Parts: sequence; structure tokens; C-alpha cells
Amino acid sequence: MLTKDQIAQRIAKEVKNGQYINLGIGIPTLVANYIPDQLEVVLQSENGLLGIGPFPTEEEIDPDLINAGKQTVTMAKGSALFNSAESFAMIRGGHVHLTILGAMEVSENGDISNWKIPGKMVKGMGGAMDLVASADNIIVAMQHCSRSGESKLLAECSLPITGIRCVKKIVTDLAVLEISPSGGFILRERAPGVSIEEIKSKTAGKMIIEGEIPEMIFE
Amino acid sequence: MINKTVKNAREAVADIPSNCMLMMGGFGLTGIPENCISALLERDISGLTIVSNNAGVDDFGIGLLLKKRMVKKMISSYVGENAEFERQLLSGELEVDLIPQGTLAERVRAGGAGIPAFFTPAGVGTEVAEGKESREFDGKMYLLESWLKADFSIVKAWKGDTAGNLIFKGTARNFNPIMATAGKICIAEVEELVPAGDLNPNEIHTPGIYVQRIFQGENYEKRIEQRTVSQ
Repeated sequence: MLTKDQIAQRIAKEVKNGQYINLGIGIPTLVANYIPDQLEVVLQSENGLLGIGPFPTEEEIDPDLINAGKQTVTMAKGSALFNSAESFAMIRGGHVHLTILGAMEVSENGDISNWKIPGKMVKGMGGAMDLVASADNIIVAMQHCSRSGESKLLAECSLPITGIRCVKKIVTDLAVLEISPSGGFILRERAPGVSIEEIKSKTAGKMIIEGEIPEMIFE
Repeated sequence: MINKTVKNAREAVADIPSNCMLMMGGFGLTGIPENCISALLERDISGLTIVSNNAGVDDFGIGLLLKKRMVKKMISSYVGENAEFERQLLSGELEVDLIPQGTLAERVRAGGAGIPAFFTPAGVGTEVAEGKESREFDGKMYLLESWLKADFSIVKAWKGDTAGNLIFKGTARNFNPIMATAGKICIAEVEELVPAGDLNPNEIHTPGIYVQRIFQGENYEKRIEQRTVSQ
């Protein structure tokens, strides 16, 4: 099973040179730590910053400079600042190439639920609905099962939907899976030491297994 | 130049009535109009509808207005981080309209720009789409969303001049410039107020035409929600 950092490390391999990327809160934020130095990418924060830098030192902390998770950040070289309408114009306009976000559930046709648990959690969707409705490439980072052991990869989402038919790839603590255009989770890679049978037993939606399924490699 | 200066926050918010619609800039606690929120707390008004991306935290920002039961309805995109908000919502004391953040921003922008409605992909196939007109463009579905306007918009800038021109700093800009355009009366509080002519026109983010009242705020706390430092 992968740690949260290993999930982030595996997702970082999906990043390509020259991309503008939006990272969600939680595991997705950790992806920034694993993007190879030789790649030139720009991280977008939907509260109005292109070019998120590393977290600040105590001396550098500026309360007027935060990311979408409200964490203090710095600006990378070549950053730009803008208002919220412009920020989502970039997102909806298709200028952000890759969105990486967390999820409570993903369905086998690529629907995602991550904003509401009726009667329990009423925090709101923030920018998630705009992001998933717009990006060409959406990768989900999440645990394969909930804390109570229920599969989060389902035939249909049971929780209120954030976006339909939008997820392309999922990286969990057990596996890398792609959404088939005709429906189903295509198993691509296994976490080291995790068997196909275990992944199969913990995936409630339709799983597609073709040929050899390699283990993920971590340098 | 038209002089927009008022003495302080108390004077700026003195005529805001009960049951009106307010917009308030800020993302989390960054770029919120701290002085005007404090001045509103001294007013004996209630039934406010507040458009703001977030609802503050329990003991700061809009959370203080909620605690004093001055708010009837919040129109926001994300309201976590506030236990009192959640309590009032679940008990039915408070109404809330949760809107995708980009839709919220564009509705405010549209309100200030005289565009009554627009189509957006955000929320298609979700409960946000319920009761809304949808239409297909180039093979993809979009929802019709309408503009948002307010009786008063209250914004916070870094620098401003007596003509109402504003410059923002860092990510404290967020919703402030668009909300400035969408209120019948826009109140701007700034960290530094200078005479008209002292700001470089090339660097103005919000032209003074949108701002009706401006004052220099004081004692900014600028509370940090998630103080995160590098190791």
C-alpha cells in the first residue's frame, strides 16, 4: 500500500513539461514536492496566483499570500496575480492543462463526488465543480477504500455529484487505474506487493484487466 | 477629481439598513474588510444577505456577524472552518446558497458589467443544475446562470487614492475588484490612502468609477488560517 506521499510521487510522473496545473487540497498539494526539477511547469491557485512557490520561511510569511487551501505560500519566479473572475476564466477557458484533486467517490464512467455528504457535511464545492467541468485531463488522488473499508470506486456515485464523465485517471494507495471511454476502471499498475485479486476485491465498479499489470516503480 | 473620502469605517457603513444585500471581498481571511466588519458589529441591524466566497471563522471575519445573528442568508462557495455557521445552517436559522466558485465570481462580474446571464459548464449533471436552463454548444452542455448585484459592496485594498482608485496586494485581490463593480454603493477600505495623483495610473487594478466611499483602515490583524512554513 502506498503512503499519501507515494501517491503524490506517482502522480508527479504524469506531469509534462510546459503544463499549467491546478492542485487540489490534501494529497494533490503534495504532488508539487515530487515534480522533477528539469520540468518547467506553473502551478495555478484559483484564489488568484499563477506560479505557486514553496512554503515560506518564518521570515517570509505574508498573510496576503495564500493558496486555495488557505496555506501561506511564496511566489515562484515569473508569477502573476489576478482576481477570481479571471482565475476561473483561465480554468473554464481550457488554459489549465491538468487538474489533480481528491475525491470521496469515483464512478466507472468518470463521475466524481467530493463536495457534500447529505446531513453531515455542508462545506460547499469551492472551485471543484468549475475545475472538473473544464480541464481536459483530470487525475484523482484518493484512498481506494473509505475509513470504514467501503470501496470508493463504484458503478455509480452514491454521494452528490461534483462533475460527470470527467475523471481520466485515478491513483490510489493500491493501484493506478484509467477510466475507459466505454465505462470501467482499467487497471494499469499495482502498488508494490499488492495483488490483482486484492484490488479487484476492493473495487466495487467494473474493473478491466488486460495483460500483465506491472508494479509501480519508485526511485 | 471627485473626492470619495469618508472619515472612517463607522461613517462608511452608517446607512446600511437591515434586510439588504451585501457583497464582501476576501478569500478565507485574506483580503477581508476587517474595519467595516467591526463597524457593522456596532450597528443594530439584521436580516442581511451576504455574498462572500467564505463565511469567515468562528471568531473572525463574517463569523462575527453570524454569531451576532445579523445574517439571514449566505451566498458562498465554501463555508467550512466555521462551526457556528454549520450549527445555524443545520438548525434552519440560516439560509445558504452554495455556488461553484467560478460561477460565483462570474455572476458578480456579470452584475457589475451589465450582463444579465451567461452559460457555464460548472455544475452540469449536479444538484446545482436543478431548475436551471441548460443548452448544448459545440457538443457540450452548459447551464444558464444569472448576474448578482448588491445594495452595498465592501472591499479591502492595499492602496487607494481619494478618487477611489485601488491597488491590491498578493492574493488579497481575489473577489475584491469584481465585487467593487457589482454594488450600488461600493465602500473601499485601504491600508494606505493617498491624494489623487499619487498612484501610478498604469498600476491601478480598480478604477475609481466603481468606488463611492473610501477610507484608510487601521489595526489590520490579517489573521492566518493555515500558517505553513517550509522545513
